[in-house]
Amino acid sequence: MSGTSSDNMQRPETAAAATPANGWAIELEKINKRFGAVHANKDIDLKVARGTIHGIVGENGAGKSTLMSILYGFYKADSGTIRVNGTEANIADSRAALALGIGMVHQHFMLVDNFSVLENVILGAEDSGFIKPSLDRARRELDRLETEYQLEVDPDATIEDISVGQQQRVEILKALYRGAEILILDEPTGVLTPKEADDLFRVLRTLREQGKTVILITHKLREIMAITDNVSVMRQGEMVATVKTAETSPEHLAELMVGRSVLLHVQKDAANPGKTLLEVKDLVVTDDMGITRVKSVSFSIRAGEIVGIAGVSGNGQTELLESITGMRDQRSGTVILNGNPLSLKGDDGAARARAAGLAHVPEDRQRMGLITTFSEWENAILGYSDSEDYGKGAMLDIAKAKAKAAEHIKTFDVRPADINLKTALFSGGNQQKIVLAREMDRDPDVLVVGQPTRGVDIGAIEFIHNQIIKLRDAGKAILLVSVELDEIRSLSDRILVMFDGQIVGEAEAATATEGQLGLMMAGVVEERQPS
Amino acid sequence: MSALRPLPRWADLALLPVLNLLLAVLVSGLVVLMIGQNPLTAIWAIITGAFGNGYNIGYTLYYATNFVFTGLAVALAAHGGLFNIGGNGQAYVAGLGVILVALALQDTHWLIVAPAALVAAAVFGGAWAFIPGYLQAKRGSHVVITTIMFNFIAAALMIYMLNRVLKPAGVSGPESAMIAETGRMPKIGSFFAPFNYTPVNLSIFIALLALVGVYFLIWRTKFGYALRAMGQNPTAARYAGISNSKMIIITMTLSGALAGMVAFNEVLGVQNRLVLDFVADAGFVGIAVALMGRNHPIGIGLAALLFGALYQGGNELQYVISGLDRTVVVIIQALVILFTGAMEGLFRPGLQRTFMLFSPEQKAEAVSRETVGKES
Repeated sequence: MSGTSSDNMQRPETAAAATPANGWAIELEKINKRFGAVHANKDIDLKVARGTIHGIVGENGAGKSTLMSILYGFYKADSGTIRVNGTEANIADSRAALALGIGMVHQHFMLVDNFSVLENVILGAEDSGFIKPSLDRARRELDRLETEYQLEVDPDATIEDISVGQQQRVEILKALYRGAEILILDEPTGVLTPKEADDLFRVLRTLREQGKTVILITHKLREIMAITDNVSVMRQGEMVATVKTAETSPEHLAELMVGRSVLLHVQKDAANPGKTLLEVKDLVVTDDMGITRVKSVSFSIRAGEIVGIAGVSGNGQTELLESITGMRDQRSGTVILNGNPLSLKGDDGAARARAAGLAHVPEDRQRMGLITTFSEWENAILGYSDSEDYGKGAMLDIAKAKAKAAEHIKTFDVRPADINLKTALFSGGNQQKIVLAREMDRDPDVLVVGQPTRGVDIGAIEFIHNQIIKLRDAGKAILLVSVELDEIRSLSDRILVMFDGQIVGEAEAATATEGQLGLMMAGVVEERQPS
Repeated sequence: MSALRPLPRWADLALLPVLNLLLAVLVSGLVVLMIGQNPLTAIWAIITGAFGNGYNIGYTLYYATNFVFTGLAVALAAHGGLFNIGGNGQAYVAGLGVILVALALQDTHWLIVAPAALVAAAVFGGAWAFIPGYLQAKRGSHVVITTIMFNFIAAALMIYMLNRVLKPAGVSGPESAMIAETGRMPKIGSFFAPFNYTPVNLSIFIALLALVGVYFLIWRTKFGYALRAMGQNPTAARYAGISNSKMIIITMTLSGALAGMVAFNEVLGVQNRLVLDFVADAGFVGIAVALMGRNHPIGIGLAALLFGALYQGGNELQYVISGLDRTVVVIIQALVILFTGAMEGLFRPGLQRTFMLFSPEQKAEAVSRETVGKES
């Protein structure tokens, strides 16, 4: 241990100040990192005890990723010291981090899809110019690692053939193969089914038992509570608290993250469904590669009802959404809106869907819902620019468009309140508010929402959820697609589960359990329950 | 995310192009020096050659007229994310429309011939760009490939038309019959004496109208909004219900129609007949003009004037300095295109740093930005 006393910089809520039995794996002191005007990390202190699972939570932009990037050698801190296993370290790049036994599993996997597991594991860690000896050595080593940590993966399987959960194991194996003692996982469960997430947690516990240290970055408080020993909370570039997980609660953590108390559960009255507004019949959709992604899907949504589509990302939800909203041609099937079949053929189907009373908050606001190089007011009329409200005939009435934009900013509390600012410069939550304000403005009969709170701060999440519920209570039909099961469960009145392009199950949100939904999301329940 | 703060608007629009132009002039001067001539004399010869007297200015404006049309053609397409490099072919084919209409109506009056020829230029030029537009919209063939191919097809087509169809009996060269006197559009020199004996004609007013019109089209109409939306983000445009395929076809057609105006200037305003290669690569110069003018009509007007001056001044240069022939002028023009167009961003980072150092409160920031990566 270094001789520097750490007591003087402990904050009131900071626990685990005493040196733990196994010593500290990581000690960060007064870490500062600025990006121009943005002070991403302010005087960060963090101590991670060896052989523990340490969670780091915080809103988007709180500085978690920056901090981990400094630890992994992607960025260099402006000031501050890093000690690894008690020794001061200068981590210039990821190679240096690996040499110190720090491995990272990124949110987006860094795997070569058409290589085998084995080839991916040795990639960048080959022994010599010839590949065979490396592969042989890796096979033996992998065998050992797999038994030691119960990380079963077929070393000869091709990456593109194995599941996302297995791919993640390969990432973990890659780090272990390189001798990682400290493993950083960045939002590891975002792409996993609940079952796969449980498997991951089992693996992480095994790693801990074997003396490895795990740093888990996540925004899912449930996971923090389930698996970590200690948890650090970051807010606006500062480390606001480090507490023992056993001594805290999700509500308390959320409050620390946001800086005020937050309602984690959506408050809503029971649904009062009216007549059917949206009906989808035998919809078949193929993607750009010609692969059938939606396989004969049928469902309907009534007025005053939120129907959530749960499922692991990539099971056809995106294609379903894009098809209903006129973004993508259907192979066959019909979409009936308010009793009238919608013609969605051609590349202007979205215009006809809008004209018929369908509004769409797309899954990917930066790629689809906004033109980020356009100013806020130009985005406020996206999709509605042809309306007479924004100028008669062919002319665009800029004054009217700007007035509408100012109105949106006011009602949805968009910050900064600048209609001339490029939308790329707004935060994720404010961008989403800009899209929502525009789509809700026209009093649509049906609102289709994809990932409403992806990349959105907790404070804004609450606001967005309330807006969606308000629209439901106004008698609109809402189709919600989200990969966040918690969001689906708390917002929806009825839940459909999609797996492999089909709706494999249906449940009432009030009664459905997470385990039940999780099984359906994994494709275990094949039959659709009568509703 | 870029670490450097964007430049103030005036620096972006005025200072940067001027710096680029100065660099081009400097390197051109070195070339002239290597040949053994005095660069200052050469530059002065270009300037006086372009603006020295009414005759020179008339020629400069005549060239600039063409470059305004082709520059706008490239810029309009560029706002929709389309790169129309077929301005040459579109202008060439438009010449066919102009001459057919003009010859048919030549015995009426030029006031009847001119509007009809204008429409014909737009229709023929537009049609020649419609085909690549249609092919991209419906078949996925990229306009960069098809428009350049259509330049060659246009060249071959026009040689055929001139030799086999339009050439009157008794004429040896590949050119059409002359338009009768009654059908010829007057040049500006005929009522404004300083421009006497120069080719500048009424087309220049069409060019000015086009500059204003394109500005309004892009920034003041719903079509322009849709066009820019598609250009910035085709996926978001489709999300907004804008039909990309329809927009591509319309935009390419409009772009071709603008390029076709070159034929109006050349065939009806200057030559009074259709000759081989009358476009003289104005279509390609238009790419440089649009690039330098930032696809904005004001910038395009200024850039077209600059290139007009270079063309005219360059022509005069060979008469003033015997050692410098047309080839040197082409080198200078190429350098201007290189530095103002292709290497437009050369000074940007340095200028941004300079600007930040000059504002005291940003100085510390500028220093700390040296080692910046992307934000978390």
